[in-house]
Amino acid sequence: MKLNLKVWRQKGASTGGKFETYTVEANEHMSFLEMLDVLNEQLIAEQREPVSFEHDCREGICGTCSMVINGHPHGPMKGTTTCQLHMRHFNDGETITIEPFRSNSFPVIKDLVVDRAAFDRIIQSGGYISVNTGQAQDGNAIPIEKDLASEAFDAATCIGCGACVAACPNASAMLFTSAKVSHLNMMPQGEVEATQRVLNMINQMDSEGFGACSNITACEAECPKEISVKNIARVNREYFAAVLASEKNPSK
Amino acid sequence: MKLDGKVPTGELSEKWTQYRGTMNLVAPNNKRRLEVIVVGSGLAGASAAATLGELGYKVKCFTFHDSPRRAHSIAAQGGINAAKNYQNDGDSVYRLFYDTIKGGDYRSREANVHRLAEASRTIIDQAVAQGVPFAREYGGLLANRSFGGVQVSRTFYARGQTGQQLLIGAYQSLSRQISMGNVTMYNRHEMLDVVKIDGKARGIITRNLVTGAIDRHSAHAVVLGTGGYGNVFYLSTNAMNSNVTAAWRATKRGALMANPCFTQIHPTCIPVSGEYQSKLTLMSESLRNDGRVWVPGKKDDVKAIREGRLKATDIAEEDRDYYLERRYPAFGNLVPRDVASRAAKVACDEGHGVNATGLAVYLDFASAIMRYGKSEAHSKGMVNPSEDEIKLLGEKVVEAKYGNLFEMYAKITGEDPYKSPMMIYPAVHYTMGGLWVDYNLETNIPGLFAVGEANFSDHGANRLGASALMQGLADGYFVIPYTIGQFLSNEIRTPIIDDQQPEFEAAEKAVKDRLAQFINIKGKQSVESFHRRLGKIMWEYCGMSRNEEGLNKARKMIQELRAEFYSDVFVPGELNEYNPELEKAGRVADFLELGELMVVDALDRQESCGGHFREEYRTPEGEAMRNDKDFTYVSAWEWTDTTADPTLHKEELEFENVELKTRSYK
Amino acid sequence: MNWFVRFLTSSIGKKLIMSLTGLFLCLFLVVHLAGNLQLLLDDGGEAFNIYAYIMTHNPLIKAVSYGTYFFIILHAIQGIILAIQNRKARKSKYSVTVTRTTGTNSFAARQMALLGSLILVFIGIHMGDFWWKMKSGQTSMEKYDSFQFEVQNLYEKVDATFANEWIVLFYVISMIGLSFHLLHGFQSAFQTLGLNHSKYTPFIKGLGKGFAIIVPALFALIPIYYMFIK
Repeated sequence: MKLNLKVWRQKGASTGGKFETYTVEANEHMSFLEMLDVLNEQLIAEQREPVSFEHDCREGICGTCSMVINGHPHGPMKGTTTCQLHMRHFNDGETITIEPFRSNSFPVIKDLVVDRAAFDRIIQSGGYISVNTGQAQDGNAIPIEKDLASEAFDAATCIGCGACVAACPNASAMLFTSAKVSHLNMMPQGEVEATQRVLNMINQMDSEGFGACSNITACEAECPKEISVKNIARVNREYFAAVLASEKNPSK
Repeated sequence: MKLDGKVPTGELSEKWTQYRGTMNLVAPNNKRRLEVIVVGSGLAGASAAATLGELGYKVKCFTFHDSPRRAHSIAAQGGINAAKNYQNDGDSVYRLFYDTIKGGDYRSREANVHRLAEASRTIIDQAVAQGVPFAREYGGLLANRSFGGVQVSRTFYARGQTGQQLLIGAYQSLSRQISMGNVTMYNRHEMLDVVKIDGKARGIITRNLVTGAIDRHSAHAVVLGTGGYGNVFYLSTNAMNSNVTAAWRATKRGALMANPCFTQIHPTCIPVSGEYQSKLTLMSESLRNDGRVWVPGKKDDVKAIREGRLKATDIAEEDRDYYLERRYPAFGNLVPRDVASRAAKVACDEGHGVNATGLAVYLDFASAIMRYGKSEAHSKGMVNPSEDEIKLLGEKVVEAKYGNLFEMYAKITGEDPYKSPMMIYPAVHYTMGGLWVDYNLETNIPGLFAVGEANFSDHGANRLGASALMQGLADGYFVIPYTIGQFLSNEIRTPIIDDQQPEFEAAEKAVKDRLAQFINIKGKQSVESFHRRLGKIMWEYCGMSRNEEGLNKARKMIQELRAEFYSDVFVPGELNEYNPELEKAGRVADFLELGELMVVDALDRQESCGGHFREEYRTPEGEAMRNDKDFTYVSAWEWTDTTADPTLHKEELEFENVELKTRSYK
Repeated sequence: MNWFVRFLTSSIGKKLIMSLTGLFLCLFLVVHLAGNLQLLLDDGGEAFNIYAYIMTHNPLIKAVSYGTYFFIILHAIQGIILAIQNRKARKSKYSVTVTRTTGTNSFAARQMALLGSLILVFIGIHMGDFWWKMKSGQTSMEKYDSFQFEVQNLYEKVDATFANEWIVLFYVISMIGLSFHLLHGFQSAFQTLGLNHSKYTPFIKGLGKGFAIIVPALFALIPIYYMFIK
C-alpha cells in the first residue's frame, strides 16, 4: 500500500516546526512504527535526516510513543498504543497526518519527541507510599477486597504516556494525576497518606501549567488503557474532603 | 586471574544471614559523604537507587529513557515467584532454590540462588506495602498461579502486567527519594564509559541525549542495572532500545563478561511476519497452561495450509502431532522454555511449520474451550447443551483468563485466536549471561557492581518463568544495599571524587572520539541494516542450536561485518543534538563485538545445557547432553582489546547441596 | 495566601465554582420557566403580570434574584477565565482535531465557552427587552380584580417583542445554544462534585439530557407561540 505522510518536523524546542510530506510504500501487516522505520530507512538511504520519534517496548506497555495520528493520540483505534496499531486499519493512497503530543507542559524536543518530565514531577510530589525497604509486614497481613484491588489495578494500568493531555482540548493532566491518586488512595496501604497525597499532587499538577479539567472525557476516549474518568470524580471528592474537612492546607 | 566468588562459609541456609550479620557497616554520618552512581532504572536499578537513597547514601541515578518508568522491566507479563507457601502446597525456600538450580541446568552458584530464594518472600511483602495491586482471592488474600518447570503455585501476579506494576512500585519509591533529595535523577543520559582510578570504578561518562553534551559524573562506587543484551539478535522480545553498551563499556575497561552464550529463547512468541519486522511480541507462558501445541503430522496438510487451501481447524484430530505431549508425557505442554523452544524448532526443521515462512507452530485452545464450556454448562445446570452453546461458554472462561493476551494477538496478527489456533514460534527473550559478579554482586573491578539481568549470577543456563522480576528486585532491594557496604566501608576516608583527574579527561576524550568517528565514516548503509544483518548471523548460528562449523563461520562473518560497519555506516545528524541514529550506532557497534564473544563462548562450551544447545552433544533421542565433568564452570571472559582473542577465566562451580542430575521432563 | 482562596483558585476549586453556580442556575431556569409558561395562558396576561409583580416586590425573591445576577456573572467570568487559561495551556495547535468523547456530547463539551458566550449575550439582550423596560417604567399599568395592587403590563411588551421575527429567531437559536450548554453542563456539574457512581450516574445523565432538551424547548415555545400560533 502507498501512503502519503504529513509529518511534523521541528528541529528543537525553541524553533518553530512545519509539516513535510513523504510517500512511503508499506504493507498492511506492519505496525505503524514499522511503517515509520521504513520511511526513516528511505530517508537515510537518500542521506536525509530521519524523523525522530520516541518508541521502545513496541508492545503497548512502556508508554514511550508520543504521536498524534490523524488527530488521535496513538491513532484511531480505541485502546491501542501507536506501536500496536497496524497498517491494515489504513487505506491504500491515504494521507496520514502525524504530529507530536501538543501541550505547553510537554515541550517538543525534536520532531515527534516531547518532554514529559512534568509527569515525573507530579509523581514525585506524592505519587508513592512512604515505606522504606525492609519495613513491610507480611504481604497477607491486610486482606484487600478482590473488587477493590481490581479497581485500584484499573487505575494503576496507566502507562504514563500523556495521551490524556494530548487529547484534552484543555491539555489537562487530570486523568493521569487522578489515576495515580486513585490507585494509591484506594489501597489500604496508601490510605495513611491519602489526604496529603491528593493535596500535593493536585498542587503540583496545577503548577506545571496544565489546563483545568472540564469533563470533556476525550482523555478516557483516547487513553490506550481506557482509564475511566471516574477516577477524576474520585479525586475531586477527595480533594474537597482534604481541603474542607481536614486540618491540612491546599498546598505545601 | 583467579576468580573469587567470595561465597561465605557455613551452612547453605545460614550463609546469607550470617554474612549479613557480620559484614562491615557504614555509619549514617559517613553514608552522607559517600556517593553512588546507579545506571539504569529498571527493577534492579530503581530498587537499588531507592534503597541506597533511603539508607542515606548520595545517589545519582541515570537512565537513557525520558523517565525511569519506561525501563523494559515494565513489559514482563506473567508474574514473580516467591517461596511464600501461601497455597500450602509444600513450597519452601529450599524448593524454590532447588527448582531454580535445576531449571538453570546446574550452571549457577548455589549460594547466590539460595539467597535469591530467601529474598523472594520479602519482595512480595515490600511490593504489597508499596501498593502494588496484586491479584487477590475473594477472601482478600494474595492469589497465585503456576508456571513452567515447577510443581507448586508460587507465582504472584497482577493480571498480565506484573512487571509494570512492580516497576511502578520501584519507580514510586525512587520518586520519593528524588523528592527528598537523596537521589538525583538524570533522565535521557546514556552511560558511554566507566572511569577507573587506581583500579577502582570512580565514575562514568554520559551523553545528554537531548543536547549531545558529554558529561563526567564521579562517585565512590558504580552500580550497573542496565539489563540484558538480547537485542544482539536484532529480533527479540526486548524493547527497541535495550542494549549492552553500559555492560560492554565496562567489559572494555576490564570487567569480565560471564556465560555470554546463555540466551533464553522463549517458546511462545508471535512469529516473524516479514522483513520489515522490528521486534517480536511475547505471549505469556501462562498460555501453555491451557493451550496445546501441535503441527500437522502429514506433509501434504502442511503444504495445503501454507498455500491457504486448508485451515488449521480442517485438520483431523488423528492427523495432528501434539509433539510436546508425545515427547514429554510427564510435563506435556508445560516443559521448561528451552525444551519447548527446541521442540518447536525440530518440528519446523522437519518441515511441519505452518505459516508461509514455515516457522510457526499452533497453540490451540479448542480443547480447553470445550473442557471449560462443558464444566460451565454443567454448573449452570444445562441439559444436553449444543456444541455451539458449550463453545460460547468455554470462550467466556478463556476470555476471563487470557482476554488481554488474546486481544493483543488479534491486534497484531489480525486473526481471531478464539476461532483458529494461535501461531507461535520461539524468540530471544532473556540473557542469562552478563557481567561476572561475586557474592557481593561486585565485578572484578572493585567498586563496580552489577544487578539484575546485567549480571550473570542466578539463572545458570536457563531461567525459569517469573524469576527475572524476582532476581531484579532481590538484587536491588535486598542484596546490593548490604553488600555495597563491604566496599564502601573502606572508602569512608575517600573524599568526593574529583572529576578533573586525568582518568576522567581520558575517558571523556575516548567517548568523544568514538562518537565523532561514527559521524565521520559517512558511508552508505544505515545502522539499522547492520544490526539486522548481525541479528541474522546470531540467530542462524548462535541461536536455538549451535555447532562448531556454524560458530566458526559466524565468528568470521561478524568480524567482517564489523569491519564493514566501520567503513560504510552512515550516521546522519550532528553530535550536539538529539540524534537517535548516533545513539543506535554506538549500541550496534558494541553488539558487533559482543556477538563475537558470544560465539567464542558457545564454541568453548562443548556441551549442551539450558539455553545452549550444541548439536554435537545430544543423546540419541535428540535431548541435550550436559558434560558436568568438564564444564561445571562459569566462563568469564576478559576482552579489552578486540584485535586479540578473548581470554577465558574459569570459576569452578561447586555443588555441596544438590546432586547434579540429568534434567528430565519425560 | 489564605487556604480558602488557594482552594478556590486551584484547578479543581475553579471547576467547583462552575459546578455549583451552574447547578444553581439550572434551578433558576426551572423557576423562571414555571413563571414564563403562564404566558401561554389565554388570560390576556393577567396571571403573568401578577407573577411579575410578585417577583419584583417580594423582598425574599428580590434577594434571591440579586444572588442569581451574582451567580450568572461569577459563572460567566470564571468560565471566561478558565477558557482563556485552558486555551493557553496549548499554544501550538493541532492541524487535525477530532472529537471523540465518552458519555458526553462532544460538540457541547468542547464548545462550552462559545455556547456560554452566546447565552451571556442572550441574557443581556433578554434583560434589555424586558427587565430594563420594566425597571425604567416603559410599561403601561394594569389593575386586575383578583390582585390588590396595580401591576406593570409586561405581557404587552412580550407580545410586542415577539412580533419581530428576528428577535424570535435569535431567541430560538439561543435556546438551542442553552440546550447544548446544558447537555454537557448538567451532568458535568455532578462529575465535578465527585458524584460518579455506576448506579446513579446513568440516572443523572438521563435526567441531564431530559433537562437539556425539555427546558430550553419550553422556553423556545413561548416566542414561537406568539409568532405563529397566538
